[in-house]
Amino acid sequence: MSDTANGANYLEVQDLKVHFGKKGATVHAVDGVSFTVSKGTTFGIVGESGSGKTTTALAVMRLTHITDGHVSLEGRNIGALDGEELREARRAFQIIFQDPYSSLNPRQRAADIIREPLDLMEIGQPAERDGMVSDLIKQVGLRPEQGALFPHQFSGGQRQRIGLARALATKPSLIVCDEPVSALDVAIQAQILNLMANLQEELDLTYLFISHDLGVVQHICDEIAVMYLGQIVEQADRRTLFTAPEHPYTKTLLSAVPTLHAARGDRSKRQRLSGDPPSPINLPKGCRFASRCPLVEKQCHETPPPLRAVSGGHFVACHLAG
Amino acid sequence: MTVLKVDNIVVDFATRRGNARVLDHVNLEVNEGEILGIVGESGCGKSMTALSIMGLVPSPPGNLTSGSIYLEGRDLVGLSKDEMREIRGNEIGMIFQEPMSSLNPVFTVGEQIAESVRLHENASQRAAWERAVEMLRAVGIPEAEVRAKSYPHQLSGGMRQRVMIAIALACNPRVLIADEPTTALDTTVQAQIFDLLEELQKSRGTAIVLITHDMGAVAQLADRVAVMYAGRIVETGTVEQVLTMPRHPYTEGLIACVPHLQPDPPEKREPLLEIPGVVPSLTELGDGCAFAPRCNRALATCTGRQPVLKTEGNGHATACWAVEAELENV
Amino acid sequence: MTVLDTKDESLPRAEHPAAEAWRVFRSRPAALFGLLLLSIIVIVSLFGPVLYAVDPFEIVWAPLTPPFETETAILGTDNLGRDMLAGLIVGGRATLLVGVTAALITIIIGILVGALAGYYLGWVDDVLMRITEFFQVLPPLLFAMVLVTLFSPSLPVVAMSIGIVSWPATARLARAEFMRIRGLEYVSAGRSIGARDGRLIWRVILPNALAPLIVSATLTIGVAILFEAGLSFLGLSDPNTMSWGLMIGSGRQYVLDAWWVVTLPGAMIFLTVLGVSLIGDGLNDAFNPKLRER
Repeated sequence: MSDTANGANYLEVQDLKVHFGKKGATVHAVDGVSFTVSKGTTFGIVGESGSGKTTTALAVMRLTHITDGHVSLEGRNIGALDGEELREARRAFQIIFQDPYSSLNPRQRAADIIREPLDLMEIGQPAERDGMVSDLIKQVGLRPEQGALFPHQFSGGQRQRIGLARALATKPSLIVCDEPVSALDVAIQAQILNLMANLQEELDLTYLFISHDLGVVQHICDEIAVMYLGQIVEQADRRTLFTAPEHPYTKTLLSAVPTLHAARGDRSKRQRLSGDPPSPINLPKGCRFASRCPLVEKQCHETPPPLRAVSGGHFVACHLAG
Repeated sequence: MTVLKVDNIVVDFATRRGNARVLDHVNLEVNEGEILGIVGESGCGKSMTALSIMGLVPSPPGNLTSGSIYLEGRDLVGLSKDEMREIRGNEIGMIFQEPMSSLNPVFTVGEQIAESVRLHENASQRAAWERAVEMLRAVGIPEAEVRAKSYPHQLSGGMRQRVMIAIALACNPRVLIADEPTTALDTTVQAQIFDLLEELQKSRGTAIVLITHDMGAVAQLADRVAVMYAGRIVETGTVEQVLTMPRHPYTEGLIACVPHLQPDPPEKREPLLEIPGVVPSLTELGDGCAFAPRCNRALATCTGRQPVLKTEGNGHATACWAVEAELENV
Repeated sequence: MTVLDTKDESLPRAEHPAAEAWRVFRSRPAALFGLLLLSIIVIVSLFGPVLYAVDPFEIVWAPLTPPFETETAILGTDNLGRDMLAGLIVGGRATLLVGVTAALITIIIGILVGALAGYYLGWVDDVLMRITEFFQVLPPLLFAMVLVTLFSPSLPVVAMSIGIVSWPATARLARAEFMRIRGLEYVSAGRSIGARDGRLIWRVILPNALAPLIVSATLTIGVAILFEAGLSFLGLSDPNTMSWGLMIGSGRQYVLDAWWVVTLPGAMIFLTVLGVSLIGDGLNDAFNPKLRER
């Protein structure tokens, strides 16, 4: 595949489905998601709770089961691996989590947390590993002597740095970031986001960045997919998505974000969603957004809109778009 | 008219590492029908300010050392527990970040609102229930008669927060304290709750104290804002003043370090401005400005003496030696 | 470039969680008292017979002599004229041994079953939990009695049967802890850095699940001691090994005429269980992170 060689189809997710539960009460957490990510770029997935963004991330990481579909990394179908093969392949893709408190084992010292992947994946000679750990600690902006401390002795931002160092230890090319800054104080968010941007440049990392925060996504992502109830409803590059959104859900989402310099009283013009999203167990047969959509038409209730290109690289799943 | 006046309050906490001054001479005023935003990072004292107003400072280890809190001219500090209970709910309502844990899972939401009505007013059971349904309607819950019979777990997060607001407003309080009311909610739901709060403030004249870490929320909702750092107010003024002309280096940093959504994002990604370091421990504060170790404009005076709030002619006040020096030179 | 988070701070002391737990435990007077009490009882049971070499089965004086009447049997004699003091000293061995062994059996089976069920879930969980429920619905005393009657009424059999009837509660606790912790992100992180199931179960989850299990194991010792006393009282323990339960059992007819025959061993059981419970409470506090900072 020539596309893979030049990095255009570095991560490819095809028709991914993750369903939970038993027959009759199946939760369609992720229901037919496809996207491709180019090497060295950041692909953002935004959505609200229940959109399936985190489940998508965990499925790519092979940390939850995959009901159907393909996930391939550099042309290799990692969705089909298991056992020792999967364990070995995990070197190439790592994850950082939202909660810096529950993502580190409270009984391990920071240096041991970072050293663990080196030991488990047998990276370098055992004698070299102390040096590698200390390099990793420095790389994320901590001091090597802090490696002797336990997680509860660090602040939230520092813990997130330790999580990053652990993820970088196996020299992965893909890092899945599941809301990496949402649990941090605003002043600390900037430190972590800048660190992530620097590391991406230095190490040619690819990020799959999951977030509900549109400001953060706009800042850090190159390409963005908006998810609603297990499906991608719109996908475009950063500038297109924010300047020319097409899907009514994307538009509502954007208008709901409080911006800094909007004059007060402007809000009457804003679009508001009414009601709650339908249950992910009993999904409507047409468009999943139809029950809350301000533009809804008859066909929306009957046929689900496919994700289609409205212009180069801009995809929308809406009958009325374009 | 000033409804709530926080006058020079000091709150101390006894910890294992010594005394922590959680609130250090905090002054605030909220007028009728006004929304005051209090912003800052966690540990800056914004939630403690709310608890002090409610008379809910956990004691021990906490202690309101000095100062007064006036509600329509009446000092709340020193009131008995029973008197304070009267005030809470009747005259000051509060809503919290996590609506699920604040609701009792074994009663219907209607019963809980009615209960709060009956607790503070002499109403018959029937009248209280009708009031509850009416409140649910007022906070925008569709089919209020049916929803009143739902249990908390049967409602979505946004609905539960509406119920909390209904409980807080059931007795028509003069002041509503909202402590991070939308932090646990989705963006679109947050927007609905903001609309609701604003509408209530307009229609009922309720004064609202909005505690948040989100400058965007302040810009959307508040009339005036107070920025807190390490237990002190470092800058206060109208939202326009503080957000468009921030004076204090900390306020500047708080605004610039967050990637705010832009309608027309630039092609190239610029690094975010960072506030270096972390919030200091309250037991280890020196004599100088608490922000000085993280400040890019710190002067020699800053580490020696604590700056006090200096008000410019238009009511915009800042506690910063560097800003003071600058304004004097102009 | 990124600024170091704690450039000017001196490094705080890195305290191992176990050391921290001990520091909290040490600060609780009740827990220390429990530890002292239990230590004394253990030391007396271990070394007492060496210093006070009287056979507890030997008839030394007139039956039912009250305490402090003769120097030969300072704490009096039982209905057969045997020395009460000798019985109390030697009886502790059997009682403690049965208690600790039963607690060990409980915790080992309980953790094994609970860990596998809580980690793998699915059909493994279904099968193991059905088995657990089977053992849980058996009336414990009756079941233990059946076991003891089937085999011989010897100490190992008594300890085993107590262990077998008490593990289901521990298994359920272990399962709940494993289910909670396996959902935490550091376990997912462990999987993604290449940890295999065995490592995740025994090296990552178990140490973090251990605190409540240790507390429950401590309390199981107390329960097992009472259980052994009950079996002995019913005459279902080894009649040739002196234990506090046996003393109560054989003296039960004389309780109205000779209070000491039942009260003294009863008091020993009470003190032992009290000591164990106080230690259990102390451990509970020591492992509770919310109480550490105070």
